[in-house]
Amino acid sequence: MAELNMAEAINLALRQEMEKDDSVYVLGEDVGVDGGVFRVTDGLLKQFGEDRVMDTPLAEAAIVGMSVGMAMAGLKPVCELQFSGFSYFAFHQLEGQAARMRWRSRSSYHVPMVCRIPYGGGVRALEHHSESRETYYAHTPGLKVVIPSGPRNARALLLSAIRDPDPVIFLEPKAMYRAFREEVPDEEETQPIGESQVARKGDDLTMITYGAMTQHTLEAADKLSDEDGIEAEVIDLLSVSPLDDKKFTESVRKTGRVVVVHEAHRSFGPGAEIISRINEKSFYYLEAPVQRVTGYDVIIPYFAREKAYIPDVDRIVAGARQAMND
Amino acid sequence: MPRKKVRLEHAVEYLSILDKQGKPDKDLDPKIDKDTLLRMHRTMLLSRRFDEYQLRWQKQGRIGTFAPAKGQEASQIGSIAAVEDDDWMVPSFRETSVALWRGTPMTGLLLYNAGYNEGGQIPEGQNDLPISIPVASQMNEAVGIAYAMKMQKKDRLVMSYFGDGATSEGDFHEALNFAQAFKTPNVFICQNNQWAISVPREQQTPSKTLAQKALAYGMPGIQVDGNDPLAVYAATREAAERARKGDGPTLIECITYRLSVHTTADDPGKYRDEEEEEHWQEWDPIPRFQHYLNNHKVLRKKDIEALEKEIDEEVKSAWDEAEEQMKSLDDPLVMFDHLFEERPAYLEEQRQAMKQYREDRNG
Ligand SMILES: Cc1ncc(C[n+]2csc(CCOP(=O)(O)OP(=O)(O)O)c2C)c(N)n1
Ligand SMILES: [Mg+2]
Repeated sequence: MAELNMAEAINLALRQEMEKDDSVYVLGEDVGVDGGVFRVTDGLLKQFGEDRVMDTPLAEAAIVGMSVGMAMAGLKPVCELQFSGFSYFAFHQLEGQAARMRWRSRSSYHVPMVCRIPYGGGVRALEHHSESRETYYAHTPGLKVVIPSGPRNARALLLSAIRDPDPVIFLEPKAMYRAFREEVPDEEETQPIGESQVARKGDDLTMITYGAMTQHTLEAADKLSDEDGIEAEVIDLLSVSPLDDKKFTESVRKTGRVVVVHEAHRSFGPGAEIISRINEKSFYYLEAPVQRVTGYDVIIPYFAREKAYIPDVDRIVAGARQAMND
Repeated sequence: MPRKKVRLEHAVEYLSILDKQGKPDKDLDPKIDKDTLLRMHRTMLLSRRFDEYQLRWQKQGRIGTFAPAKGQEASQIGSIAAVEDDDWMVPSFRETSVALWRGTPMTGLLLYNAGYNEGGQIPEGQNDLPISIPVASQMNEAVGIAYAMKMQKKDRLVMSYFGDGATSEGDFHEALNFAQAFKTPNVFICQNNQWAISVPREQQTPSKTLAQKALAYGMPGIQVDGNDPLAVYAATREAAERARKGDGPTLIECITYRLSVHTTADDPGKYRDEEEEEHWQEWDPIPRFQHYLNNHKVLRKKDIEALEKEIDEEVKSAWDEAEEQMKSLDDPLVMFDHLFEERPAYLEEQRQAMKQYREDRNG
């Protein structure tokens, strides 16, 4: 048992799985000698050598395309795209090959690969380094999209992702890499893909979120408890696709009031799908319109103003109060 | 059915004019006029000092992450000085010297680096594109602009800048191929600074040179000493003439070195040794150029001292001005601007909601 931050926890998952399974490979830009620009792959090159920890040339399409080929031919690549803003250079490989290979070949082939991608804002970064565009991937049939919210579930989710027989987009909220430490057990722990977690129990209001917003939402829930006496249930999705609607349906039917929180743009964001499911499955349980607290439909501003874009505790509390008062 | 050699038209040349001490090869010296030489030197020095100040300001949290140009001033200034002011310039993210040459105020660069979108605005009359971070992608826009110039019979070429790492991206190859296929007036300046973050040049590609990548597209490619402003200037001049005559694009590989961090978020100690940096320090383009200017009586030692003082003042007052401007830039509602010519209703609604929310909170 060790207190790890999320970067270290992901590193632990990679290391343990590479020790256990020599078909697991790591590749990407600066992942070897440099240990990754966020140091997530630190030490792996030294331990596993350059055949298995590959510092690639600067070409995202080749990183993903090569991973697809490796995966089809018996390896388990975990590739890293340095920032989600550059993952579009590989989008045709993800959409056109990774996501379709099983389908196109009628399961003659399958693609057990993981694509790790740091995403999201809040770290005072440059343009293209702060977006939350998980919808692109969640909207692509054939891809699974998972997003941890902290060290322990990051480690568990990554193990499940590596062992999954199909391509998994593993989005890492970069604001969480070093945000806090948490006990992460030495013995292996997995988190099934497609299952969410109740991060806080409550009977008055359901708050549905994931990724870096989970911390903000938990804080907002505490504030609501302190200031309004409202006990919110917080659901941490962990998987955006497949979306686990069972847990939040249960919660929504109990509370009748809902706020959905994400950093992604509002229109066509994951919230739109979540709320549709609520309409489909829990409409008659609702006491008030479901609220959304999200990023806006604009390109996230450069860092001097990014705070006004990213949902913060106060905005989440305001959204929750709206859901309670309507 | 024979098996025979296919003769390729081009070979790759290497051009260097100044020696380590700044002594020129007389036959190759492009004999740049005195005013231009002085302006080149001044801009190189300004870029260097500006980088140094910005590194300090970054550490103090006054600005955010940025990519210093340190060491690459000759590649940048030698190339941009060889073309006309109304030619186009398409940068990547490390072209501080080029931006300063083109007239971009330091205040604009500071606003950008301090996280204000206002820093992206292109000063009136400058045919420059804004900073482009997705590696190599801007090269295709450069080809499109060049094609537009050609179609509109405008005598303007397009300079575009990128690094050694960029040559691995598909966009690099696609741009080169298109440029040659449509014979566009492009000059592609590859600043081979030996590193793409932690990946050394020889690991980036097994090709012996980067210039030779042009040959595959039937395009001339030349390698130059990128720490020699005269060599870069001479090669760019030739490429520019070719472009203006309608003979199409050229790839110029400038052999240079990133004397500083990749960006301020980077720690080169992880991947390269000091000996290498020390070796390249000896080839620092600025003292080399100064020796040349000194030997040619264009610039004396005391001129440099006076210039250093002047530049120091200039950089400091640019910060003061930028800081002053930042005071009036705290309104986040501007994030709804510049997305479309007209703001659609759904965005206006979101903008109003943000406005209302802020007013309610601030009383
Ligand atoms: C498409 C893309 N992938 C990754 C990155 C992250 N990144 C920024 S600069 C850089 C290295 C670029 O190397 P090079 O082309 O040699 O330019 P240099 O930084 O040396 O000037 C990388 C990988 C990016 N900006 N764009
Ligand atoms: Mg480079």
